[in-house]
Amino acid sequence: MRDLFLAVLLRDLKLASRRRIDSLLPVVFFIVALSLFPLGVGPEPQMLRDIAPGIVWVCALLASMLSVGSLFAGDLADGSLEQLLLAPQPAIAVAAAKSVAHWLLTGLPLIVATPLVGLLFGMSMPALLALVAGLLLGTPILSLLGALGAALTLGLRSGGMLLILIVLPLTTPALIFGAGAVSNVEAGLPAGGHFSLLGALLLATALGAPVATAAALRISTE
Amino acid sequence: MNSPSLRLYTFAAPSRFYQLSGWLVPWFWAATILLTAAGLYIGFFVAPTDATQGDSYRIIFLHVPAAWMSMVLYVVMAFWAGIGWAFNARLSSMVARAIAPTGAMFTFLALWSGAFWGKPTWGAWWVWDARLTSELILLFLYLGYIALVNAIDDVRRADQAGALLALVGSVNVPIIYFSVKWWNTLHQGATVSMTAAPKMASTMLTAMLIMSFAFWAYAFAVVFTRTRAIVIEREAHAGWVAELTRGRMQA
Repeated sequence: MRDLFLAVLLRDLKLASRRRIDSLLPVVFFIVALSLFPLGVGPEPQMLRDIAPGIVWVCALLASMLSVGSLFAGDLADGSLEQLLLAPQPAIAVAAAKSVAHWLLTGLPLIVATPLVGLLFGMSMPALLALVAGLLLGTPILSLLGALGAALTLGLRSGGMLLILIVLPLTTPALIFGAGAVSNVEAGLPAGGHFSLLGALLLATALGAPVATAAALRISTE
Repeated sequence: MNSPSLRLYTFAAPSRFYQLSGWLVPWFWAATILLTAAGLYIGFFVAPTDATQGDSYRIIFLHVPAAWMSMVLYVVMAFWAGIGWAFNARLSSMVARAIAPTGAMFTFLALWSGAFWGKPTWGAWWVWDARLTSELILLFLYLGYIALVNAIDDVRRADQAGALLALVGSVNVPIIYFSVKWWNTLHQGATVSMTAAPKMASTMLTAMLIMSFAFWAYAFAVVFTRTRAIVIEREAHAGWVAELTRGRMQA
């Protein structure tokens, strides 16, 4: 099981390294989408500081959901997904490896880009740290749930929009606690509770989502 | 032909379900009409005017039963979808599919009637209150389920994928509810408290209960009718459906 996990993970990373521009698209989308907000709501520094955590989270959500749609699509098209599911090892390993690969390729670059965004929006250092910590705990949840959505909508005509519609409601708790932690820090309140809840959500999702994703892959490829 | 003995699974056969539900649906419609008439009469003419809210509170007789139904129907839908998936019971999956639009309708009705209630009492059509927000997310969950099962052409895959999504959603509903609740209390003091409402007059409670029975009857009537349509559609290859349609054509 561990071999399959590592093999799929390394293969996905290698594939991504061969298509560098494709791999950069989510983080570019993230920054472009974020820089539209000041143009839309106006350049007042205080307002931008206030809305920064929320819109960073929403843009991270959208960047994850838009990129996760293609997670299994290539493998389905060339038939390797069926071969992976035929392997004697449980499909959970494939689901988990794909989710981790997606996080490494999308979630992590977003987190790396976040300090830059924080500067654009004039966030204070403690708030920025809270935002990054929240994203570290929260973006894996997005990748895990996104993989489930991608498995359910595999090969469907309107897959992209549909995936967003079915996964976004499930991600609201992560959004609430992630953005809430930053607001608490900015207001001088303790934010430990938010991080604990985000961590609990991450653990629960990490245990449950790969199982569901594996089942969804079986349903979709039957 | 002697009738088969009645067992627990007797009506899991689509053909027998079709017969039974065809017989039951008119009764459910009759119950719906009678209970709605009774509930609305008590609600609008017998129940006293509220001391603080005046007559505007009377939308409660639609609002609260609709909100109850919206939540119960999601659980029922997830339950039957799960049964259909786990035991490969065709009828359960059809019922689950038939429930979704009704559940979404009740969710929408709860939100819409809530807006009509909110305007005179809170002065706003919408507030980002925990209950309103989680009800809105419930509507999104229903829409996601409906969109997913309709996007998949293969019936079997659609039922199973829908079941998985409904089950994941039902696990998430409590998490969403509590996260929204904490979010709300953290962001703004509770501007509206619906739990601390003054004790209700017993006639109000009676009207509300009668209305929720009316909604139950309505849900049964509509869901059974819709299930019958799905049964006919999916069992079109079966002999009994062919017989049924032939009989219709001759009649």
